[in-house]
Amino acid sequence: MKHRFEVLVSLKPGLLDPQGKAVEGSLPAMGWTNVSNVRVGKHVELTVDAASEQEAHAQVEEMARRLLSNPVIEDVRILSAEEVGG
Amino acid sequence: MRKPRVGVITFPGSLDDRDALRAVAFMGGEGVPLWHAERDLGGVDAVILPGGFSYGDYLRCGAIARFAPVMDEVRGFAERGGPVVGICNGFQILCEAGLLPGALIRNRSLRFICRVASIRVETSLSPLTEGLVAGEVLQVPVKHGEGQFVAAPEDLARIEGEGLVTFRYCAPDGTVDDEHNVNGAANAIAGVRSEGGNVVGLMPHPEHAVDPDVGPTGGQPLLASFLSRALAKV
Repeated sequence: MKHRFEVLVSLKPGLLDPQGKAVEGSLPAMGWTNVSNVRVGKHVELTVDAASEQEAHAQVEEMARRLLSNPVIEDVRILSAEEVGG
Repeated sequence: MRKPRVGVITFPGSLDDRDALRAVAFMGGEGVPLWHAERDLGGVDAVILPGGFSYGDYLRCGAIARFAPVMDEVRGFAERGGPVVGICNGFQILCEAGLLPGALIRNRSLRFICRVASIRVETSLSPLTEGLVAGEVLQVPVKHGEGQFVAAPEDLARIEGEGLVTFRYCAPDGTVDDEHNVNGAANAIAGVRSEGGNVVGLMPHPEHAVDPDVGPTGGQPLLASFLSRALAKV
């Protein structure tokens, strides 16, 4: 069975996000002076062939921890197929 | 006296490997080219992970290179006390591999920096700084887009508390201030060492700073220290 997932990677809350700051800094010039807390992250889509959704999810968790994110500076959220509507 | 043999690992996308080999030879050692796909360090006395853009910096700088076959050997070598230095991308790879604490993210300015920086030696307990004294200031080039050292607050406290900070960006007179913190690094950290003291990583490039014909020579004492450590290891 193929199972689709999306992995959202974001910088940990305590860390300054230079990309987010740059985006935030350019929005007021376009008229949006009401924006704050802009954070830029990564979005990874992947399909895993496994016997069950549970098994696939466990594998994605390990992939997220070992490769897709750096736990020193990043948090991850894993969305399964029903959550992403696929 | 025999020449220390220093392995320089080439990953796909490494670009300072040749300069590292040349700098090792310039300082009196023998540079040994190593390939990322090999599971063999060729019996070298020390290892350099050079700068560059391994795997195009995809995902995160160093994130993919850390899984190269040769990295298992580097880990074993480091665990046995072998001297290892990671420069720029090599520093990023060592952090990703968990051999050094912290991580490197986009420069505070969001700009790629290419200039000569002053760095202050913070400890003599690293393979690059054994012959130096804390407080010494060296001129060494930096060239990176993602060199801002960061760590979670508790990790940063541990890195400082255990004296793992090896270099800080500073003014030419050694003063550490925000103005001379070229990439906005936490506590102006330019390089850190491992708890065991035999692994060290830094963003500045000592291998570009050995030959007086082409610029500053702040890399000379660092590589001299590394070569003597390489010989002492055996």
